[in-house]
Amino acid sequence: MSQGKVWKYGDNVNTDVIFPGRYTYQIMPPEEMAKHALEDLDPEFAVGARPGDVVVAGKNFGCGSSREQAAACLKSAGVIAVVARSFARIYFRNAINLGLAVLQCDEAVDALEKGDTVDLDFARGEIHSAKGTFQFLPLPESVIGILEAGGLLEYTRKKLVKE
Amino acid sequence: MGKTLTEKVLGRKAGKDVQAGEVITVSPDYILSHDNSAAIIQEFRKLGVKKVKAPGKIVIVLDHIVPASEEKYAQNHKSIREFVAEQGIPHFFDINAGICHQVLPEQGFALPGKVIVGSDSHTPSYGALGAFATGIGRTETACIWATDEIWLRVPETMRIDLSGRFRAGVFAKDLSLKLIGDHGAEMANYKAVEFAGSAAGDFSVGARLTLANMSAEMGAKNGYFAPDAKTLKWLEGRARGPFVVASSDPDARFESVLAYDLGALEPQVACPHTVDNVKPITAVAGKPVNQVLIGTCTNGRLEDLEAAAAIFKGRKVHPSVRCLVIPASWEVYREALKSGALAVLADAGCVILNSGCGPCLGAHEGIMAAGEVCLSTSNRNFRGRMGHRDSEIYLASPATAAATAVAGKIADPREFA
Repeated sequence: MSQGKVWKYGDNVNTDVIFPGRYTYQIMPPEEMAKHALEDLDPEFAVGARPGDVVVAGKNFGCGSSREQAAACLKSAGVIAVVARSFARIYFRNAINLGLAVLQCDEAVDALEKGDTVDLDFARGEIHSAKGTFQFLPLPESVIGILEAGGLLEYTRKKLVKE
Repeated sequence: MGKTLTEKVLGRKAGKDVQAGEVITVSPDYILSHDNSAAIIQEFRKLGVKKVKAPGKIVIVLDHIVPASEEKYAQNHKSIREFVAEQGIPHFFDINAGICHQVLPEQGFALPGKVIVGSDSHTPSYGALGAFATGIGRTETACIWATDEIWLRVPETMRIDLSGRFRAGVFAKDLSLKLIGDHGAEMANYKAVEFAGSAAGDFSVGARLTLANMSAEMGAKNGYFAPDAKTLKWLEGRARGPFVVASSDPDARFESVLAYDLGALEPQVACPHTVDNVKPITAVAGKPVNQVLIGTCTNGRLEDLEAAAAIFKGRKVHPSVRCLVIPASWEVYREALKSGALAVLADAGCVILNSGCGPCLGAHEGIMAAGEVCLSTSNRNFRGRMGHRDSEIYLASPATAAATAVAGKIADPREFA
């Protein structure tokens, strides 16, 4: 269980506003990435985000570039999960590969607003809030192992050691 | 039940019969990366293996910020060159090759039936030649360097049946924008997009590359044309090795089918700040612009430069506009020198830059200040992408871009015939 507050956005939140191109080809540590998270969409986010917070958005979250920092910067800012109606496919993979939970749940997106407090229960697949309890779509089996390992690097490292 | 091209290509790789929805593990034919190889190398080092598993499959093209505009980019390029030498990676293209999505087709990596993954979202471009090609992230690329395998979900396929012929002034770019405008930026999320129908064979390889490239903006996993005689002719003298041509069976299962009459289309413009905010040219004509960009992996090929040159011939870039031209590769650059297109563009007052991604991703060569407006032939117009968050990007075809550069405001190319 983890508790945090909601940051709410609309449809088609793209990777350029999550992590601008002007920083994309600079190599920087994750804590530095966090300072630019959502910079061109919501300047309040980088200063206000706290560990356990949840980003809630509409359709096609993370569309655009394959830049992985768009997942890394949110994770580093403390975001524990992004809850959306749908995710752009490269973003979905990147997030899983970095150990950031990406959850699909229309009901939660409909109900939750900025500043709401939520608890995530990954074991039960539930989002708890004062506005109700919402069930998110279970993640595909093929990716659970990667998430459980803490991301693809760790998953692959373990696999390589076994070989 | 028949198979789609994607099911056949992935099935052959997986060594079994596969269908949409299935998750498979495959060993790709090629693994592309570009300037972001510097970051991928750092991730690779964390894996605890010394050598990449299949150096011959790795293709690295420096194109995003070339030549290096700042010390930190110079350091990235240097670390990539050192890694290439250390690992014995044979397919390395330095700053004199061009944009990866033009270089891989030209250099014969992008072939029918191949499985190509790339740490760039416009990797689906290679579907223009009948490959299965899709974008991935940096960590994933590092892991494939080490393991030579990736899991993929076999996508469902959306077919787009094209009929009729474009009228003058209308191009593949206009079709791609019309599709995205009509159906939204997630119209094909997670899916394969097949461009088919009686008119598909009329599309040049360049136009196919434009459409497959723009399938990324539809959210597609991969977008493609089935290889035909035109594909094979284009590959003569380019293909690096044997390949197996696949196409969808007549009774293959398509999740959805759209139909478009090319003759009914007019020039289209995607307005700020999303690619699906599309309007017909007549609705946005007259909007003043500060910059025009003709180039990128979407529209920087010879036929694009020639379409622009046809409009610039005997005309000048408007004094209030900066018109940047970036041939997609040095092969295109040299062809456009020979064809005379570059001379027309230079005489008109265009600024011709070296082949590469240019300002498209907002790192160098034409970044915009607050309040400035660019009409670009690129594929994304997201807020802040080409500079300040309060600058604006409109997307259109090279012909519309040239007409706009001449007029100083968004203009209909059909008025410049």
